[in-house]
Amino acid sequence: MIVAERKPFEEIKAMLSGYPRVLVVGCGTCVAVCLAGGEKEVGVLGAQLRIAAKMAGNGVQIDETTLERQCDREFMEPLAKDIGRYDALLSTACGAGVQLLAELYDDKPVFPALNTNFIGVAEGPGVWTERCRACSDCVLGLTGGICPVTTCSKGLLNGPCGGAVAGRCEVDPERPCAWGRIYDRLEATGRLDELAAVQPPKRHNIHVQPAQIVHLAYKRRYGL
Amino acid sequence: MELRETLEKKGFVVTAELHPPKGTSLQALLAAADKLKGKVDAVTVSDNAGAVMRMSGWAACRALQERGLETILTVACRDRNRLALASDLLGAASLGARNLLCVSGDHVVLGDHREAKPVFDLDSVQLLQLAAELAEGHDGGGQALTGAPAFLLGAVVNPNSDPLGPQLLKFRKKVEVGARFFQTQAVFEVESFRAFAAQAREAVSDGGAKVKVLAGVHVLSPDEVGRLNEAALDPRVLPGLRVPTHIASGLIEAPGKAVELAGSLIKELKASGLCDGVHIMAGAHDGEAADAVLAALQAAGL
Repeated sequence: MIVAERKPFEEIKAMLSGYPRVLVVGCGTCVAVCLAGGEKEVGVLGAQLRIAAKMAGNGVQIDETTLERQCDREFMEPLAKDIGRYDALLSTACGAGVQLLAELYDDKPVFPALNTNFIGVAEGPGVWTERCRACSDCVLGLTGGICPVTTCSKGLLNGPCGGAVAGRCEVDPERPCAWGRIYDRLEATGRLDELAAVQPPKRHNIHVQPAQIVHLAYKRRYGL
Repeated sequence: MELRETLEKKGFVVTAELHPPKGTSLQALLAAADKLKGKVDAVTVSDNAGAVMRMSGWAACRALQERGLETILTVACRDRNRLALASDLLGAASLGARNLLCVSGDHVVLGDHREAKPVFDLDSVQLLQLAAELAEGHDGGGQALTGAPAFLLGAVVNPNSDPLGPQLLKFRKKVEVGARFFQTQAVFEVESFRAFAAQAREAVSDGGAKVKVLAGVHVLSPDEVGRLNEAALDPRVLPGLRVPTHIASGLIEAPGKAVELAGSLIKELKASGLCDGVHIMAGAHDGEAADAVLAALQAAGL
């Protein structure tokens, strides 16, 4: 899922200065799972903003709402009836959700409360690691299910580099060398010969940013 | 003599490493080059080594060539995409560069511009392939070139890698795509090099390609010796330097012994027949680096 972190409070507070009536819009999907922007976090953030405003002697109105998710218009359309009451929106969605919210309500300033980090997995409660860079050219079948694009600090397709120390990455000794792991996994399953082939350079133009995908069935039916 | 010829004809080749300046002034580099001229077979010019920004290697190489030295241009994958890499290779070749050392490159976060974007559009194997393609007269996209470079391709291998398997896999790939000489990361003991050398020979024996390996020898500067304790706890402190504990403690007690240590290692490596030469690197810079290299060679009796 998408893993994000809340921006430092001072940064968020500074964004909202000059906007007395703010709606904090939360998201109940990825960012709720990684404890950054779900209903609980929205509640905490709203309270922090109100307390800060009171301490500064500012009169503000900070309201809160959490939507199922902000990457689908259908969940955000119901906001329309009350949106006129606010001067600005503070979204705790990932970058994609913030943009869609801003597109729907484009006459209002929309601010991001989070920094969106990566596509990743939960290692355990409270710990998430990056696993996927959405490169559009998945090579996981060649590397024993370990992504060299993401988990190798240099994204090497023909790894390793010479920098690993005792199987740890030169960038961070806490991290294992991805290519060491790939090698070990394929060796353990008798597939080491699959690593012999020289991998060609990555194709970066499969989707030139900003990319768009149209599902085949919809293309066929609606001629999209 | 051109490096290609030296590697073929000379029993024990000696190369040394110099860094381009952080600035436009070539004075110190040229002074170092003048000291090394005639004493080493070629000088390797680094490419933003340790991710510390310096003048482009192709420019420094040109200056050294004009001074009469044979040069090896290091090209890293960290800072340039495949277009820029090809552009630089063509430019370098047009200015007389003929020997390349294709490396991945130390990661950006280890250097002095830590917020920069790491590129790594190609890895070192793909870069060697690109250089080979350019030498065949076409670019990475298959388009014909008006004037093709001629390159002797080199790469790096880390004999200290533990485990060694993945490193040898990479070594084999580099040979497959055309690398014909290797400069290794610094070794500090002949015995640890012995294990690597045997496996490396075996790794490429079926290929039939004759590959030359120059063992890396690093003359530690007093500053580097001063950081050895820190580096033992955090390898990022001295990237690429893995000094065995017993050698490190000896040096910490007597930093001045670094030259003697390097010298005796070179002597031993030559006598061992395990490598085709040495590549000498120094922690010091410019003139002091050249002095360290020459002192090590003298201590080795070369």
